[in-house]
Amino acid sequence: MHTKSITELLAALQGGEFSAHELTSHFLDRIRSLDPHYNSFITLLEEDALQAAFRSDQRRAKGEAPLLSGIPIVHKDIFCTQGIRTTCGSRMLHDFIAPYDATVVEKLNQAGVIVLGKSNMDEFAMGSSNETSHYGNVHNPWDLERVPGGSSGGSAVAVAARLCAAATGTDTGGSIRQPASLCGITGLKPTYGRISRWGMVAYASSLDQAGSLTRSAEDAALMLSVMAGHDPRDSTSIAAHVPHYTAELDSEVKGLRIGLCREYFEDGLDASVAACVQEGIAELEKLGATISEVSLANIKHAIPAYYVIAPAECSANLSRFDGVRYGYRCDDPDSLEDLYKRSRSEGFGREVKRRIMVGTFALSAGYYDAYYRKAQQIRRLIKNDFSSAFDSVDILVGPTAPAPAFKIGEKSEDQIAMYLQDIFTIACNLAGLPAASIPVGFVDGLPVGMQLIGNYLDEATILRVAHQFQLQTDWHGRVPATAA
Amino acid sequence: MEWEAVIGLEIHVQLDTRSKIFSGASTKFGAEPNSQACPVDLGLPGVLPVVNAEVFKKAVAFGLGIGAEIGYRSVFDRKNYFYPDLPKGYQITQLQFPIVLGGQVEIALPDGTAKTIGVTRAHLEEDAGKSVHEDFHGMSGIDLNRAGTPLLEVVSEPDMRSAEEAVAYAKYIHQLVCYLDVSDGEMSQGSMRCDANVSIRPKGQTTLGTRTETKNVNSFRFLQRAINFEIARQIDVLEAGDSVLQDTLLYDPALDQTRPMRSKETATDYRYFPEPDLLPVVIDAAYVESIRSQLPELPHAKVSRFTAQYGLSKVDATILAAERPLADYFEQAAEICGDATLTANWVRVELTGQLNRENLAITESAVSAVQLGQLLLRIKDETISGKIAKDVFDAIWQGQGSADEIIAAKGLQQITNTVAIGPIVDEIIANNPKQVEQFRAGREKVLGFFIGQVMQATEGKANPKQVNEIVREKLKQ
Repeated sequence: MHTKSITELLAALQGGEFSAHELTSHFLDRIRSLDPHYNSFITLLEEDALQAAFRSDQRRAKGEAPLLSGIPIVHKDIFCTQGIRTTCGSRMLHDFIAPYDATVVEKLNQAGVIVLGKSNMDEFAMGSSNETSHYGNVHNPWDLERVPGGSSGGSAVAVAARLCAAATGTDTGGSIRQPASLCGITGLKPTYGRISRWGMVAYASSLDQAGSLTRSAEDAALMLSVMAGHDPRDSTSIAAHVPHYTAELDSEVKGLRIGLCREYFEDGLDASVAACVQEGIAELEKLGATISEVSLANIKHAIPAYYVIAPAECSANLSRFDGVRYGYRCDDPDSLEDLYKRSRSEGFGREVKRRIMVGTFALSAGYYDAYYRKAQQIRRLIKNDFSSAFDSVDILVGPTAPAPAFKIGEKSEDQIAMYLQDIFTIACNLAGLPAASIPVGFVDGLPVGMQLIGNYLDEATILRVAHQFQLQTDWHGRVPATAA
Repeated sequence: MEWEAVIGLEIHVQLDTRSKIFSGASTKFGAEPNSQACPVDLGLPGVLPVVNAEVFKKAVAFGLGIGAEIGYRSVFDRKNYFYPDLPKGYQITQLQFPIVLGGQVEIALPDGTAKTIGVTRAHLEEDAGKSVHEDFHGMSGIDLNRAGTPLLEVVSEPDMRSAEEAVAYAKYIHQLVCYLDVSDGEMSQGSMRCDANVSIRPKGQTTLGTRTETKNVNSFRFLQRAINFEIARQIDVLEAGDSVLQDTLLYDPALDQTRPMRSKETATDYRYFPEPDLLPVVIDAAYVESIRSQLPELPHAKVSRFTAQYGLSKVDATILAAERPLADYFEQAAEICGDATLTANWVRVELTGQLNRENLAITESAVSAVQLGQLLLRIKDETISGKIAKDVFDAIWQGQGSADEIIAAKGLQQITNTVAIGPIVDEIIANNPKQVEQFRAGREKVLGFFIGQVMQATEGKANPKQVNEIVREKLKQ
């Protein structure tokens, strides 16, 4: 059951092969027996899930079966869930229970999903290895000594280890695509504004985007068709038509103009990863796509710009966690200042505090122009580079992460090395473009991902290329031995 | 040395909208603490602001009301500081691209001359909650009902030279925002709060002295006292050879003095940056024109029209135009009775007196404009005297009906025909021969005695003018 795609599961549920209750029980059994190896969950919702599955079966019997009826999924613990705690991977929100559902949660509920639990993540989505979580490291199912990537590490592992059919994630600088790459699954970060941010705990508001982690592009198309759409509660969500993503998967790739970003194959890319990605590109060429080289001259500035803008926004976004109204509060504060200082010092982890400090500095009087304004200028230049590139190509293809999964602890003391994990993904967030990572091969038994970057609101092309590629390859169908 | 004060005001005007600037929660005053604070106002994780379109209508109306330039593309920014009544740890405001730019207002000075005060800008922002320090046994309570209430912060140029000018300016802004329905203007509920920037310099000097900012003054009286105190204090400091510190101060009405705020209540660096949760708000000329076309007549224009159209004195016109509902009341009543001067007197004296006694606003008057107009009409057509009209006014106030109903029910019509008054006068003349002698001997003053007697005999209903004529005629016979 657990190896089936969402489409297959829906057919089996509809055909009476098994019930949603049986399916949910099966996944819960797997989680209980396997997740102790991975630690991919922060909160498991066994009772709620079984009850929801029971109701789902009853509704299906009455002929009510919305699009994802009975499909067991996992939410990254950054999405607020009414009545269920939302920790965001932090001690700060250890006991926080939101009185509302995120729009993403609400839409998926309406589509009939069964929520198995909430997945582990880097604290406040700040990290590329899931090592900054207050709830412990998450282990990569392809090698338990290695990281799953981050920040949506728990969601990536839960999908890769077949502990759920699909998962939600968020991507601010690569937090869906990089763990998808490191775990051998399909991760989609849609256009900024395609999916509502309402109820999603903010890290860097102008970069944060919800998306999905799935086994396949086809599953991603199903998830996106439910999650996408304008939301009046999010002023930055886009009021654009949502295409019928699954219907567009079958158009062929022939004649599609693929651009290779020259800069993506220069510095910092592991040679074996480059070879995998080149093979993937050759596969697309076989399908009739034409390949040309493009240049994104300013992309080398993406990481420095990101590490000004994201910390700046986070320094304000995380000010609300002050120990006054909710969340962690230190014991026996002796003054207001003491309350602030100790609640925040004790409630936040090191990486979060580091980024708050960097952001606070970058916005300070006298530094604003040198850092924040300059970073915004770079952001515009990067956007322009992409716009010019999309004048001549339909999609950009390249690596997702510079190397396969690294060992837990290997980079946790070296911030620069850690930040370089996102060297190929960050530019899309700065530009607001949609992008996906799909499995393209293995290096020493570790999965490698290929990144597909589309034009604004053109998730359909990304999904179509990914799907056509997955019809020809089986990288996405491989199951790690630890999850067999 | 002769000193000159230089004063600029930052006035925070609460906009009169049903819901908050970035959430759907109610802005109603006086609710149970924290009963009108939704997840957005509480700054819970994951919530997002959505701009209430109504605040732009009001801000643009204000901008047009002071002849300002409208910011067709205005941008919200975050102003960062920690305080328990600021739930997000930042206030959403407008720094670089405000909705209103420039503009000016004219104020009347006590000597009767006018002075123009420049407005630098006006921007939209959210109000903070309230910290409550009493009743919590050494702890502080937080009420977030006010958090997110829309504010328009109106920043003046440093154009004022005395506390009186500052108060006149503040009063005009108050009058204007009420006229435009931008605010309810309830000062006691914090609908308008002033920060006063005050500095002094030797008269004739053109450069500015070091200024202090006295924050959150919420009445005109306190504003005047705070500024005067601050001017005197700064003069003392400078004359003692010290320097004025650029301080943020609070005015304490009980002690009638300003004192520096605790440093925790101020921040040196707000680390402003554009609010990423909100897109720039772009409005077009058609939107501005539609608001312009709905602007009401503004205070200065109304005063001019009242003097020209009704022949009122400038003083009367200014009093009647002070509030739009009062002006509307006056005009409606005047139209019914056809005598603006009579109406102006009645509104100013009888009506206002009664409202003040009962501490009511014009909109709460128990006598409507129509009712007053109908009453005054009966004075005009001599059905009743002005004196009787006061009794009728009281009866209307008490809900006994319209003027005509009360006059009929109580038989208060003036006795206006000679046939009815004649015999009464004859009788009084017959009963008072001594006074008749006196009158005929040339003592004109005795006439008043006879008129008084007649009025008494008719319970005041006789037409005094007619009585005068008849008595005079009969005495001469």
